[in-house]
Amino acid sequence: MANRYSLWSLLKNGLKHNESWQPAWRSPQAKPRYDVIIVGGGGHGLATAYYLAKNHGVKNVAVLEKGYLGGGNTARNTTIVRSNYLWDEAAQLYEHAMKLWEGLSLDLNFNVMFSQRGVMNLGHTLQDMRDIERRVNANNLNGIDGVVLSPKEIQDIVPLMDISAKTRYPVMGASYQPRGGVARHDAVAWGFARGASELGVDIIEQCEVIDMIIEDGRIKGVKTTKGDIFADRVGCVAAGNSTPLAKMAGVRLPLESHPLQAFVSESMKPCLDTVVMSNAVHGYVSQSDKGELVIGAGIDSYLGYGQRGSPHVIEHTAAAIIELFPSFSRVRMNRQWGGIVDVAPDACPIISKTKVKGLYFNCGWGTGGFKATPGSGYVFAHTIANDEAHPLNKAFALDRFNTGHLIDEHGAAGVAH
Amino acid sequence: MFQIHCPHCGATREEEEFSYAGEAYIPRPANPEEATEAEWGDYLFMRKNTRGWFWEQWQHTAGCRKVFAVKRNTVSYEIAGTWTLAAGKELYLKESEA
Repeated sequence: MANRYSLWSLLKNGLKHNESWQPAWRSPQAKPRYDVIIVGGGGHGLATAYYLAKNHGVKNVAVLEKGYLGGGNTARNTTIVRSNYLWDEAAQLYEHAMKLWEGLSLDLNFNVMFSQRGVMNLGHTLQDMRDIERRVNANNLNGIDGVVLSPKEIQDIVPLMDISAKTRYPVMGASYQPRGGVARHDAVAWGFARGASELGVDIIEQCEVIDMIIEDGRIKGVKTTKGDIFADRVGCVAAGNSTPLAKMAGVRLPLESHPLQAFVSESMKPCLDTVVMSNAVHGYVSQSDKGELVIGAGIDSYLGYGQRGSPHVIEHTAAAIIELFPSFSRVRMNRQWGGIVDVAPDACPIISKTKVKGLYFNCGWGTGGFKATPGSGYVFAHTIANDEAHPLNKAFALDRFNTGHLIDEHGAAGVAH
Repeated sequence: MFQIHCPHCGATREEEEFSYAGEAYIPRPANPEEATEAEWGDYLFMRKNTRGWFWEQWQHTAGCRKVFAVKRNTVSYEIAGTWTLAAGKELYLKESEA
């Protein structure tokens, strides 16, 4: 069914007035039984299904999505991709994802518009700069690219930034990961959906899981708004809504769901060709291929599922961006949104088995899940297929909150939280 | 943005005057010496993270600096009421029993 996208297919379909394109993925009815059910049709869930089919030959898979495909956080983020994390476990997980990103468009035959335009994390205090030096060195030891930039070097890359000493928090330097960048978020969901569908995965939209069917401590299936669907293995990838899902199975998670807001400006001529992040003044900005400035910052402090936050958070974010780029002060903002992020106590994901046999959770990505999309799906597919963690996600098991082996990226990496 | 009534100083002010202080009434292990790793993990890290009506704590940081209990809906962000921690606990316990 699927079209193979190429210059030739563009030409051929163009000559037919583009009326013969086929849908990129099938929309089948749910079967009563599958080998694996993935709950959550966002980027991570679709990637999991894709790698289950591609790497592990598990093709009798359903992805259940309560809304529409990629309509949650996949469509509600600022699309930044980087792997410059401090601790070995996190660095290796995100770097693995980065390597998948680098070949993803080719692998999926779908242009995810991955643009390695570099990611800059600014330092504004002496301590910031010490942390940056430490992190860049740790990254280099882990084989991850990264350099420390002086203000002069920053100015060469981003002429618009105000690096003068007269600002309230002068820019003292930055870490820079040239391989970091951005990708088109929707295309990532669509590309994985298309790839998975082609391999036989059923993607069921408008199908909400309302309960889990568990017998003798073993998962048997899920109750949904479209009836019961059975499977011996169920993987949950529901971001902000992970806790309500886990509750159905009697599993407790160490997560808090918070709104994370972001906004985009009207389109402008190209003015910023890298990603700029600052934890100290707290904001991050990049320019999309359409020319919009894509701006984000921290979470709203309170617990919330409402996919919206408070205006003062936007105000603080805008203030931080204008501190760095005074010339953006007259730019008009077009759209604003909030996604619900599931924040773990150590700002690291949970990719884990649970006490219910056959039930797996992939959650806790907090504010930084998008960058890991392919890697997250890759290791979660491995975990589900083998009932055992991949070496890359072994450290990210749920039991680390009992043993105390946390991976404290919260205070460490360039995590803008 | 919402407005919160501080039960200590009696003022109703904007959210920005307050700081969020997480889930309310998490019981500390009664016998810490004998609590297992699982019990400690549960107490320290596991959270209800309720979707719907939720008991939480806020601190009036820019006012009287006292911490109090708020019952708030985490989907609609509607606030049902605010109480001192002691007064709220009675209501909370009554609700949990029901």
